[in-house]
Amino acid sequence: MANLILRDLVKTFDRTEVLHGIDLEVADGEFVVFVGPSGCGKSTTLRLIAGLEEVTSGTIEIAGRVVNNLEPKDRDIAMVFQNYAIYPHMTVRKNIGFGLRSSKAPRAEKEKRIEEVATILGMSDLLSRKPSQLSGGQRQRVAIGRAMVRDPAVFLFDEPLSNLDAQLRTQMRLEIKKLHQRVGSTIVFVTHDQVEAMTMADRIVIMKDGYIQQVGTPAEVYHKPANTFVARFIGAPSMNMIPGAVNGGGTLALETGGTLAFDRPLPEGRKVTLGVRPEDLGPGHDNPVIEGKVTVREPLGHETLIYVGTASGEVIAKADGRTPPEVGETVRLGALTENMHVFDAETGEALA
Amino acid sequence: MAVAEDIRPTSETLLKVRAPRRPANMGQFIRWALLFAGGIAMVMPIAYMISTSLKWPHEVYNLKLIPDEPTIDNYTYVLEDGRFYWWFVNSIIIAVITTVSNVLFDSLVGYTLCKFRFPGRYIVFIAILSTLMIPTEMLVIPWYLMSQQFGWLDTYWGIMFPGLMTAFGTFLMKQFFETVPDDFIEAARIDGLNELQIWWTVAMPLVKPALAALAIFVFLGNWTAFIWPLIVTNSVEMYTLPVGLSSFGDEADVAWELIMTGAAISTLPTLVVFLIFQRFIIRGVVMAGLKG
Ligand SMILES: Nc1ncnc2c1ncn2[C@@H]1O[C@H](COP(=O)(O)OP(=O)(O)OP(=O)(O)O)[C@@H](O)[C@H]1O
Ligand SMILES: [Mg+2]
Repeated sequence: MANLILRDLVKTFDRTEVLHGIDLEVADGEFVVFVGPSGCGKSTTLRLIAGLEEVTSGTIEIAGRVVNNLEPKDRDIAMVFQNYAIYPHMTVRKNIGFGLRSSKAPRAEKEKRIEEVATILGMSDLLSRKPSQLSGGQRQRVAIGRAMVRDPAVFLFDEPLSNLDAQLRTQMRLEIKKLHQRVGSTIVFVTHDQVEAMTMADRIVIMKDGYIQQVGTPAEVYHKPANTFVARFIGAPSMNMIPGAVNGGGTLALETGGTLAFDRPLPEGRKVTLGVRPEDLGPGHDNPVIEGKVTVREPLGHETLIYVGTASGEVIAKADGRTPPEVGETVRLGALTENMHVFDAETGEALA
Repeated sequence: MAVAEDIRPTSETLLKVRAPRRPANMGQFIRWALLFAGGIAMVMPIAYMISTSLKWPHEVYNLKLIPDEPTIDNYTYVLEDGRFYWWFVNSIIIAVITTVSNVLFDSLVGYTLCKFRFPGRYIVFIAILSTLMIPTEMLVIPWYLMSQQFGWLDTYWGIMFPGLMTAFGTFLMKQFFETVPDDFIEAARIDGLNELQIWWTVAMPLVKPALAALAIFVFLGNWTAFIWPLIVTNSVEMYTLPVGLSSFGDEADVAWELIMTGAAISTLPTLVVFLIFQRFIIRGVVMAGLKG
């Protein structure tokens, strides 16, 4: 068990800097998920931690030890790859046992450990099979077993579920979470799926273009996004963004007309973007924000998403599942002030 | 309109039913004919080899496939001739060592060129590839001079050294190692294997079909090699099979029936090698198919 500290981590590939100083502390036993759009540097960060790429500058510390110059095998980590990286020419037993090859433990002990891991993963009766005789989910379990068998201080997962179908993904998500609760190791998990991030993480690290945008619990990044990128990246459908400006007396004037009173202090005269999540925005609200015509309805059963064409573009809102407004109907959408986010229009940083 | 529409489909269907049958038959006929011709072309030399090996000397230039008076005397003669055993053993030793060497070293170099990034990697690769363009005929003289200086003439080493590694094999293996995902190698690295262990336990088993193909190529190539062994060897005991067989007979007359007998016997090991390794190739293909 160990904590993991990244300090001002920079990575350059052929003079292109792809990570621009990553700072992060992961507590012992914490489940941290890196999430962000493709190419933002998640895998690169993970590979630096694993020791598969060389650090350009900065330090990586695992369990109080700087590991920058250690070989991957000496870092006390294990990694699960997106396409499993289990060997087609070896049985499940050999694959799981592969992680123990370099260990000096007696054979019987290794065997016992393999059985143990197989039992935890529910694969005891599949040990003599070859990977080609396994389903996708089972293969992924073998890959996880191979990582587990060494009992590493830190588990690294690079999009391990993206090759699985939706149902299996949900199931494996749960299994990995249970596994974490059971073995209690530190886990760094990379995904570009924000639902995976929200459901599994103790803390989420949101990255973009080689910078960390925000680090926080799922609730924090959802309810208090640090900037418009995080606000739009977390949550589906994405947060609505409506341009406006701060007037005197802490009121906010929207470009589409209408003034909103704010109980929070706002910097006067600043151009801002008002962010409201679709689930917080709806017709027939006391505090109207914007109005427009319904263009599309998406019934989801207990509620209906309505797409509303407004003066500042399309806005998504939530309406009642039983009696949603008709397409073509003009609706006034409102939200509670406490569910509104205000961002600086230029920098995108959260103001209130 | 309605009538026209009623008729048209029927006539079209009729045409359709008929039309594809002819080209299919023609195509099939041509395909069979070509295959048959190919088959004849492949089998004829072997048939003649066996037929000639069963003939008496006076019958050799009579091109009848079935000998008038078949005999197995040639076989007894060749097998009782001690030199034949020498040549056979020489050929086996040389072909086996060269095959093992190629399988090991071509794949080592191919693997390195494929999976490691280091300065000059591309230049090394191009340099190796460019040697493919130099024909053996051009190389035998430098080889000979070199062997002379080193004292390798008329030795196993002298016969073998030019073929212990081949540019073709290196290229083949490099291309095949491209199919081994980097993740496999990195996963093994994390699991604590050193690079040599990764090559041997992870990468090599995954390219078995290529190794088998390479083994067949190299074995056959060396088994049938003629020019270089002819040049580098002097003593009859150092001859390889092809060189030895060609020496049957005297200046005045080539003993075709004996050469063909020797050739017939010497195809047996190639058959064995092919049968052994072919299994790997087929199994490899099956494995690859099941994977994804
Ligand atoms: N070996 C490399 N050489 C050069 N550039 C690289 C290399 N590996 C990654 N990069 C670049 O670094 C950036 C970050 O890549 P990385 O693989 O970390 O993205 P990612 O966040 O994992 O994306 P994805 O979700 O698509 O996996 C990308 O712009 C990529 O092109
Ligand atoms: Mg990635």
